[in-house]
Amino acid sequence: MSDLTSIGAAEIAALVKGKKTSAVEVIEAHISRIASKDSAIGVFLAHNTEAARDEARALDARIANGEDGGPLAGVPLAIKDVLHVLGLPTTCGSKILKGFKPPYEATVIRKLRQAGAIVMGKANMDEFAMGSSNENSAFGPVRNPWDVSRVPGGSSGGSAASVAAGFSPLALGSDTGGSIRQPAAFCGVVGLKPTYGRVSRYGLVAFASSLDQIGPMARSCEDAAIALSVIAGEDVHDATSSPRPVDDYVGALAQPTRGLRIGVPRGFLESGVEAGVMAEFDKTIAALERDGAEIVDVVLKNAPLAIATYYLVATAEASSNLARFDGVRYGLRVDSASARGSLKDMYGETRDQGFGPEVKRRIILGTFVLSSGYYDAYYLRAQKVRTLIRRDFDTAFASCDVIATPTTPSTAFKLGEKTANPLEMYLADVFTVPANLAGVPGISVPCGFSNGLPVGLQFVGPMFAEATLMRAGRAVERLFGPGHQRPVF
Amino acid sequence: MAEIEDKLLTHIAALARLSLSKEEIPKFAHDLAEILKYAEALEQIDLEGVPPMSHATEGERFRPDEPRHELTRDDALRNAPDQEAGLFRVPQVLGG
Repeated sequence: MSDLTSIGAAEIAALVKGKKTSAVEVIEAHISRIASKDSAIGVFLAHNTEAARDEARALDARIANGEDGGPLAGVPLAIKDVLHVLGLPTTCGSKILKGFKPPYEATVIRKLRQAGAIVMGKANMDEFAMGSSNENSAFGPVRNPWDVSRVPGGSSGGSAASVAAGFSPLALGSDTGGSIRQPAAFCGVVGLKPTYGRVSRYGLVAFASSLDQIGPMARSCEDAAIALSVIAGEDVHDATSSPRPVDDYVGALAQPTRGLRIGVPRGFLESGVEAGVMAEFDKTIAALERDGAEIVDVVLKNAPLAIATYYLVATAEASSNLARFDGVRYGLRVDSASARGSLKDMYGETRDQGFGPEVKRRIILGTFVLSSGYYDAYYLRAQKVRTLIRRDFDTAFASCDVIATPTTPSTAFKLGEKTANPLEMYLADVFTVPANLAGVPGISVPCGFSNGLPVGLQFVGPMFAEATLMRAGRAVERLFGPGHQRPVF
Repeated sequence: MAEIEDKLLTHIAALARLSLSKEEIPKFAHDLAEILKYAEALEQIDLEGVPPMSHATEGERFRPDEPRHELTRDDALRNAPDQEAGLFRVPQVLGG
């Protein structure tokens, strides 16, 4: 039974559809692993145990009846708790959504369920997806399965840890500045941020609407490709979802390494990458070149400005989006005697007590950059630099198919190591943020270990080039041979 | 903008509808100043003639402006902290 929790999504679906094992057996194996092991990690904020059992039984019955079961038949899923799943609370890792149960379901969840996948529960995260370590959750941190004294990354820390720990072969995260790719790198799994508009955001609680994307986290590029094929596409409920046809991501995995043009922005990489991370990155690039990839020098001149740009743009959007949490329609309401029964004081107290420090910090920064007298100097200026960052990518992609960088400047850091200095924490996203600003897709794939901790390599591609990212990601997987190295905890 | 005075921070917090405690105000003023200092790097860039970028979508897409009743009143009210007669109930708005 226990190896059902170590195999991938594609394998599980094949076994379930071929009646070699039942969806019930798959789900029970994961339920018992979560029950015995999650106390050490802290992934799940809510369990879907009984509903998952019911869905598994129903799926087995449909398959017994001759139905197909879908491309993700019987595949257990962990869902970042920023996405609405009917029947489960959505907390966003925050106290301010106390008691909230969504009245509708996210489009991605509906599609995954139709494809046969089964939700195991809601995964812990940094509050409102703001953070790079999962330490900003109101419900406590998540621990990295490779070393439980270290963070799993963030903000999709629970989703990444779930996949690494064998609690689910597949998870969904959201990525506004690196929140899928950075924890994927820290936990040694694959994480994909699709092109802005490739996946519907309906049912995702918004952080920064021009940057947010939902994407899959998995133990292989193949599983990520299957999941993306299911969730990608136009949605009437999200006007920013693209009508472009969805490419054959699984087919792209078979394309050869030979001929792939990989751009490396050496100038950008000079900004403080840990030696062990840089060594694994360089080793992987050299191996890809031996396999026939063409390595090209590219310049991302304005990329070093991305963090500053991001913290002005993303916080401005967040300050607007998070205005909806006001104690009126859902969640927490604080209406103490000192509020004297006035609406304005109820707003202020609810928000002061409901939001954690990082969320308040970002609301304050965002409100400041949008306020009269500062808008042009900060917000408008940042939007113009955003244009330059996008243009750098457009220029670079004239000479290469993908751009490679380390996903993160370091491996997973210790819990508490960076909590005292917000700016230092922000710099953990230096290599991931540019793709969000430009709107282009990025994938993190494991490329080695430094001092026993996973190192991630990021490929960024042109708009809607997810198929090329799958080809590139698979090229890295080929270097390490089949099989997934697993953490012991 | 190296210093953010407590008075400015209090004004921003009021705009954001955050009733910060006395201890929080100087702390957030300090953090805001630090981040804005870091953002000074953007001031060195020549942005003459560069248009602002607000999103990465390809053109505007519209749908017919027709009502779609996807949420019933009961569903919409189900999460309300306080409600009365099918409406959200809030503390006094005027004269409070």
